[in-house]
Amino acid sequence: MMENTQTHWCDPLLKVENLVVEYAVGRNTVHAVSDVSLQVARGETLGLVGESGCGKSTLGRAVLQLRRAVSGRVLFDGQDLTAMQGDTLRQMRRRVQLIFQDPIASLNPRRRIGDIVAEPLVISGVKDPEQRTRLVRDVLGAVGLDPDLVMGRLPHEFSGGQCQRICIARALVLNPDFIICDEPVSALDVSIRAQILNLLEEMKARYGLTLLFIAHDLAVVKAVSDRVAVMYLGRLCEVGPSEQVFATPAHPYTALLIEAIPVPDPDVRPAESVAVGEPPSPIAPPSGCRFRTRCPRADARCKEEVPELRAVAPEQFVACHHPLIAPG
Amino acid sequence: MTEPALLSVEGVAVDLPTPRGNLRAVDRVDLQVGAGRTLGVVGESGCGKTMLSRAILQLLPKKAKLSGRVMFDGRDLASLDPESLRKLRGRSLAVVFQDPMTSLNPVLTIGTQLIETLQEHLELDSHAARQRSTELLAAVGIPAPEQRLTQYPHQLSGGMRQRVAIAIALSCEPKLLIADEPTTALDVTIQAQILDLLAREQRRRHMAMILITHDLGVVAGRTDEVAVMYAGRVVERAPTPALFKKMRMPYTEALLAAIPKLDAAPHTPLPAISGRPPDPTRSLKGCSFSPRCRYAAGSCYQEKPALAGSDAPDHQYACFHPIGAAAGIHA
Repeated sequence: MMENTQTHWCDPLLKVENLVVEYAVGRNTVHAVSDVSLQVARGETLGLVGESGCGKSTLGRAVLQLRRAVSGRVLFDGQDLTAMQGDTLRQMRRRVQLIFQDPIASLNPRRRIGDIVAEPLVISGVKDPEQRTRLVRDVLGAVGLDPDLVMGRLPHEFSGGQCQRICIARALVLNPDFIICDEPVSALDVSIRAQILNLLEEMKARYGLTLLFIAHDLAVVKAVSDRVAVMYLGRLCEVGPSEQVFATPAHPYTALLIEAIPVPDPDVRPAESVAVGEPPSPIAPPSGCRFRTRCPRADARCKEEVPELRAVAPEQFVACHHPLIAPG
Repeated sequence: MTEPALLSVEGVAVDLPTPRGNLRAVDRVDLQVGAGRTLGVVGESGCGKTMLSRAILQLLPKKAKLSGRVMFDGRDLASLDPESLRKLRGRSLAVVFQDPMTSLNPVLTIGTQLIETLQEHLELDSHAARQRSTELLAAVGIPAPEQRLTQYPHQLSGGMRQRVAIAIALSCEPKLLIADEPTTALDVTIQAQILDLLAREQRRRHMAMILITHDLGVVAGRTDEVAVMYAGRVVERAPTPALFKKMRMPYTEALLAAIPKLDAAPHTPLPAISGRPPDPTRSLKGCSFSPRCRYAAGSCYQEKPALAGSDAPDHQYACFHPIGAAAGIHA
């Protein structure tokens, strides 16, 4: 491993260890997150990619303890969040914020923008109204909104892109260390999406943030992430530096996701039916490797044995018995 | 094209009354689609692309006012009575929507819905209709079609439901299929499968298709011609290869540039389009894109540019300062 990467791994801001999250649906159990371990270094953006139902949002919520894990640990700045309760947890949550996919639905339609953005301050005990107003004005200005024009208005007066700016302002107002962005741009139009992605990058630099960026769109994830983690049906398939993973994917599923992206160039013919079948149900995931039912490389071993995450290149890890690049 | 187009949209405008005044959702659009051809209609939400497809299908909201003419297969659709229109839709003019649950009936089995369509439009007896339904489901890539016929829409995944919706749309061998954001609700790997399926069935049936999408990436490899819409109007229209080779309208260029590229390094700032689309209830004097356009000057704020041809006859754009003109290519 390279020296500079060694140093930042000594002290990750977030460390998820063997996390298992399950929930009951009727008499069945959904295996949403199964034995996932990952870490996010200080100042880094980790992109978490996967299709719907792969457990990426559940993982994000489990980090915040909005959904309690069955087993495993979530270490934030060295402290185990899964062991925390009540006030201690609430104090810790000031440092971790969440931005959701649907910006309009995540704002209370009957409250004014000024109050919405000030709410985290109220909850965390900033008692001085003047101080609150000052902080709210600062953060609204930072996300590109004019505080004088927006503070007295209601969410319905704003477009989706502007509502997402308001959500970002609300997440930033407590000056957190870590933000979990759960599909922050997938509900937005292409032209607005680019504005919000650029804003997130700006805010990351300005506030010294560490981000967990959850999305299904690989191109979007690549645009903002230092490293990417690919999930499939509750398990991690591959983790590595963004450029490396996109240039030389090791997991057949990662390769499939990359090939499936439509390229805006008529000279690039779309690959004919790259993907076979659909993801199986997380209620009864396949034995062994969960991707084996759709994988062109699957054999008997994939059915028997769960592949462990192992290094195939510096910093690149894959959970596959037959990776596309030979283990190094 | 020497033969008359299968579909010809002539000066179509759609006006919707709203509490805030008249909303012109579609503003004098002209389009043609030849038999067996694919037209991509690209634009962001609110640009009028869905209203345009509804105008073609004569399925506009009751209060909407439609002007202009929609000629399909030699007939003016506005002049048809509801009964002949109903016969036409589903038979030679079919549609697939973004969310298959809006077009599938949740309380009827897949089989009932398919068989009903076949019996209604093709007058097949129940045995033949059942046989045909099984074949159709197999053709759209649904495993164990025989069993699926007895299932309800909620028992299928999103991708499978969209396949069923496509099977129903294709069941009567339509001449034109309107696919309105057919893959937007689906995952990427499933999106590729559905687009492949549509392309394959289209070739096999020599069917014309209008593919409506917000994603320039989707139209690039899968259409013959592209029309880009902005604020209710077609602002650029060209054969697909020509369009991607040389975009003239600044909006098209900006839209393409705003898509994150896989080959760009992480943390490369995206060339975003500033601002947002205009309020459609307020009419703008000049070009609707002028407030967001980096080339806008003088006349752009005064009058609306018409969609007009250029040096290439098939390539039309509505812009006073098209890209490439400043470099002396086009005076």
